[in-house]
Amino acid sequence: MDKRYSNIVFHNARLIDPLTNLDKMGSLLVTDGIINDIKIGELYPKSDNESKVIDCKGNVLSPGLIDMWVFAGEPGYEHIETLEGVSHAAASGGITTLVCRPDTNPIIDDVALVDYIERRAKEKSLINIHPIAALTKGFKGIEMTEIGLLSEAGALAFSDGYNEIKNARVMRNALIYAKNFDALIMQHNQNKDLSDHGVMNEGKVSLRLGLPGSPAASEIISLERDLRLLELTKSRYHALSISTRGSLDVIKKAKELQLNVTTGISINNLMLNENDIGAYRTFHKLRPPLRTEEDRVSMVEALSNSDLLDVIISSHDPQDTETKRRPFIEAGYGAVGLETLLPAALSIYQENLISLPKLLEKMTINPAKILKLDTGRIAKGYPADIVLFNPDTPWVVIAENLISKCRNTAFEKKKMQGKVVMTMVNGKIIYEAK
Amino acid sequence: MESTLKIEPINFNSRHLLGVENLSLDEINYLLKLSEKWLEIGRKSKKKHETLRGLTQINLFFEPSTRTQSSFELAGKRLGADVINMSISQSSVTKGETLIDTAITLNAMKPDILVIRHAAAGAAELLSQKVDCSVINAGDGSHEHPTQALLDALTIKRNKGKIEGLKISICGDILHSRVARSNLLLLSKLGAEVSLVAPLTLLSDYMSSYGAKIYTSMEEGIKDADVIMMLRLQNERMSGCYLPSAREYFKYFGLTSDKLSKANKNAIVMHPGPMNRGVEIDSEVADNTQSVIIDQVENGVAVRMAVLEALTLSNNRD
Repeated sequence: MDKRYSNIVFHNARLIDPLTNLDKMGSLLVTDGIINDIKIGELYPKSDNESKVIDCKGNVLSPGLIDMWVFAGEPGYEHIETLEGVSHAAASGGITTLVCRPDTNPIIDDVALVDYIERRAKEKSLINIHPIAALTKGFKGIEMTEIGLLSEAGALAFSDGYNEIKNARVMRNALIYAKNFDALIMQHNQNKDLSDHGVMNEGKVSLRLGLPGSPAASEIISLERDLRLLELTKSRYHALSISTRGSLDVIKKAKELQLNVTTGISINNLMLNENDIGAYRTFHKLRPPLRTEEDRVSMVEALSNSDLLDVIISSHDPQDTETKRRPFIEAGYGAVGLETLLPAALSIYQENLISLPKLLEKMTINPAKILKLDTGRIAKGYPADIVLFNPDTPWVVIAENLISKCRNTAFEKKKMQGKVVMTMVNGKIIYEAK
Repeated sequence: MESTLKIEPINFNSRHLLGVENLSLDEINYLLKLSEKWLEIGRKSKKKHETLRGLTQINLFFEPSTRTQSSFELAGKRLGADVINMSISQSSVTKGETLIDTAITLNAMKPDILVIRHAAAGAAELLSQKVDCSVINAGDGSHEHPTQALLDALTIKRNKGKIEGLKISICGDILHSRVARSNLLLLSKLGAEVSLVAPLTLLSDYMSSYGAKIYTSMEEGIKDADVIMMLRLQNERMSGCYLPSAREYFKYFGLTSDKLSKANKNAIVMHPGPMNRGVEIDSEVADNTQSVIIDQVENGVAVRMAVLEALTLSNNRD
């Protein structure tokens, strides 16, 4: 183990602070877990007894990534994922904060369970982990949870996960009640009645494969309804992960009305389309489903050229081989994503569609603002939650090499460009590439 | 009946008391004055009088209510009226049409006063259109409960010496409460500065049109208040889509001595009853010296006597 230094100096780094659009070469000093100083263009002196100096070799030093929607297994699904395991995979992917989903067993709908996750994460996790709590008790969509008490216990947001709140009155009252506590409500937009048993996007491909489809309208209708309710209640709302061009129109209108709405998109929907399902590849059975190429292009375009998409999420959803080695219709949903989030997102930058600060904004300061977390900056006084990465290193995704316990990646054998060199949380180096 | 002579009777605009909304300031002050008189008389050993002798009062309660019904019954009996109680269970009644049928039937019995409690807003108004006697609204749905507001005003006036200029906070289920609505109207008319305190699910965006200040934090809403009026939280609101649980409600909106300390140190605490201890009000607060909850009950009888007297006097002069 290294000698403990009170100061760590990163020099020769490409410093990126998305909030201020900073993208300059310079040095950064971390003291006692806090970003203590930033010097643009200047070099810090060599190592001494007090300071460890890391030569960043021109690599990017960015705020650590914040992932807003991760399945972390605990409690109840420890055979699939654990808080400890998820933190290792996240660390290697440059993620320093993640928010875990409430659809565990039991469902996180009680103060004791929020408390459990908070304590357990402190004990076991390398990174910052906070829970999302259920919005209604038992995801039943009838009685709201104790939003006040759960917020105090540490729940960062409220969502029934993949169980959309069907009843508009319950949704309205939940939105308005949450406003008492300035709590954030997140919804995965999919009208259950309309999507019925759809397992992929409804369209030509689903027709050819003979699979039941979920139409784009299922997402749009759900989103449209919620935003009408948001207009009525003036609360805070986050659409977890939208995937269709039609949803962008709805969001645009809502943002024009200055409603307090933010949106996320899964990296999968930015990278892949329904054709990737090929011959019933269950690793591409995802929520939301992979859409058409036109949808995907629209989403990338919206990400790059508008403020309609605020956040990119990994949608990390590990499944053991048992649930994936089944006929498509019976297979489980989801793919792991923590280790591939950053490199996959970087491909949009590599194609010159978006600047690096703008891209990183979607995975750092934007989620920090939405979740009211005091991190996501390369700026003096902020916690040293940092990722150092080389945006150009080429590599190929091989499932077996992934750290995650489950290896159901949607990017198997994909060529990636960009790799994490080092991840730091609260001033502590928690991951270094070999 | 000497003291009656001291108070000059006034004509009422209506022979009914359907709500506070249509009461004039003169009518309100007159009723409060009459109530004071009956309160004094009620404390004497001989309580029975002959003001309503020969008149028939029917208490028509479609919703169960122990205290309001007995308060009206006692008020009528003390004034010498013949009082009969009709409690009609809600389940055997289909609203609307049957209410009119009941009204016509009762009207044929030639009562002089009908006191009605009904779960549907506007029920008292509907009844008043179908009968020849005075109708007193003893609570109609989420609409109004005028005698409750009058007794609350009387309680405040007797404890604080005035109403004008007082800071009064009404806390709890404002949205569904007829007590809140009637009090808001009455106390505003009397010049009080009324604040409403509730979680947003139990408020309406349109409440501010009444001129009251709206608060969603109890600490802020009762700060420096002279009067804190707690409302009963109906059981069915406690779990469901209005509120997550009784314990969360109590934590943020229950009146505890800690929260009470934010109010004026001489503030009085009121509750229309029946109380949910440990939900909207802590037992300690309900029973402490600042609580005037028992006064409210006593004042209730006096106010109802005043209303009965005023309406019949006014009627008989026609």
